[in-house]
Amino acid sequence: MPLLEISGLTHRFAGLCAVSDCNFSIEPQELVGIIGPNGAGKTTIFNLITGVYRASEGSIKLNGRELVGLTPNAITRLGIARTFQNIRLFKELSVLDNVRIAHYGQIAYTPAEALLHIGRFRAEERRITNLALDLLAVFKLDGLADEKAKNLPYGLQRRLEIARALATNPRLLLLDEPAAGMNPNEIIQMMDFISWIRRTFSVTIILIEHQMRLVMGICERLIVLDFGATIAAGLPAEIQSNAKVLEAYLGEEVVL
Amino acid sequence: MPKPVIIQKLFEVFRNLTDHKYFWPVFLIGGLAVCTTASVFEFLDLYLQLILVYVGINIILTVSLNLINGYMGEFSVGHAGFMAVGAYIASLLTVHVFPSAMAGILFPFAILAGGVGAALVGFIVAIPSFKTRGDYLAIVTLAFCMIVKSVLENIDAVGGPRGLLGMEKLTTLPWVFFWTVLSVWVIRNLIYSNFGRGVLSIREDEIASDLMSVNTRQVKIIAIVVSSFFAGIAGGLFAHALQFINPRMFDILKSTDILIMVYLGGIASICGSIIGAVIYTILLEILRPLGIWRMVLMPLMLVLLMIYRPRGIMGMKEALAFLPLGDRWTQKIWRSKKEATDASP
Repeated sequence: MPLLEISGLTHRFAGLCAVSDCNFSIEPQELVGIIGPNGAGKTTIFNLITGVYRASEGSIKLNGRELVGLTPNAITRLGIARTFQNIRLFKELSVLDNVRIAHYGQIAYTPAEALLHIGRFRAEERRITNLALDLLAVFKLDGLADEKAKNLPYGLQRRLEIARALATNPRLLLLDEPAAGMNPNEIIQMMDFISWIRRTFSVTIILIEHQMRLVMGICERLIVLDFGATIAAGLPAEIQSNAKVLEAYLGEEVVL
Repeated sequence: MPKPVIIQKLFEVFRNLTDHKYFWPVFLIGGLAVCTTASVFEFLDLYLQLILVYVGINIILTVSLNLINGYMGEFSVGHAGFMAVGAYIASLLTVHVFPSAMAGILFPFAILAGGVGAALVGFIVAIPSFKTRGDYLAIVTLAFCMIVKSVLENIDAVGGPRGLLGMEKLTTLPWVFFWTVLSVWVIRNLIYSNFGRGVLSIREDEIASDLMSVNTRQVKIIAIVVSSFFAGIAGGLFAHALQFINPRMFDILKSTDILIMVYLGGIASICGSIIGAVIYTILLEILRPLGIWRMVLMPLMLVLLMIYRPRGIMGMKEALAFLPLGDRWTQKIWRSKKEATDASP
């Protein structure tokens, strides 16, 4: 059974059809890239999967469970986490708190226990703090746990954002342009990093990316979008020679 | 801009004092003892006692409003409305419901009932906060404040515009001390919990926080209900300190007063809220001889403060004494464990 199954997905913004009749499915443990020209609806699809937007038509199923209509936090609890194209960390909060917030859904004390700091509160807080610090240590960010997120350099902010997403304990990780604004050297590092995450946390990954070097390098399968519809899907090698894809990108230089 | 030496010294003294390990036990027991003896033996004159009562009430109001305006990053101007609900419920109970002989003993329950009433109203106000933010939520809370005032003005059973009187002077210094400590403690607990981190994440980025599994609706309800609960408590205490209330006391000007104390002390800081409430309340009393000029001088000082310290005295900072010890320990233990494993591979 596919992990994620999208069928007939359509979304309109007051007349503008951002995603129209999009169909694809993702198998467990896959690493899939979504590419397409600017404005093709890639980020909109992420927003639809995670519940930021409510799909106008169609269905999104995670392990056979319908996601359309659920709130973003409920969807995250079912096991989908994401990062953002423009980093959206909690800037004024500490690195540790950024990760601890992502554990929100895994805490087993009630508001009353939190107000009085009684009952399960202390044990649970200790557990969450240790989990968060362990995760930060895996990402080599534990030395910066008390630093405000906004004070981290750009590369570390990207890394923290991925760590924060993984703290929600996802089965499916959506990365929105993880290599945006990086130089070729950093892109290679990011490629290794993404494969390492997949191995270490055994998550399924979908990534949106413009950097063809990265996409072709690590993705096992590609989905090409144009005007909100899938125009091609297949192995990276097939996509490179696909006539429709070349047409969609016409006028853009594709570095392969 | 370098801080003046006096202010630096003051900060240092303050920090050393509050970080001392016996600070809290000494402060709590000593504070309660001083408050009790002061009100029983009257070694403080009644005027000074009244000012201290107002300081306590204002601390409760400021800390609870800071939860919404500072920690959650919303802009609520309806705090006086919650205060009014608490004041009227508590007063009605002590004047009309409780037998007058028992009023003294049942007083804490009247205050508690006022807080619960305000919390229920807060629950209703929390619902529009799911959909609107910022300026629009400010308008909603402004409307709420006006609705409370006009409803009270039009119910004859609570005195209408003439107000309600006949309360005994039940708000004594020890009670104020108790409720102030309780509200500061509970709100501090909330902030340094999972739900408090949720409140902070809503301020930073609501969409990201929702996507990081924070149940934003639940968090907003908790924050607004807790905040309005303590506003109601403060209202009840206020009514029984002044022994007279009318709807005009709880209009937008009262809300503005609380807002000033929040922004003077500094947003997202419990310590700042306490400092803000103390300074503002005492300064207003000191400047009383100036008569109407007081209302010129106070805003002027605020303008200067906003120019030189735009985030308030303690904006986004917290005194160590208010941070939970358990959290600091957990991190310390984790670090020493890690160092141990790193050293012996």
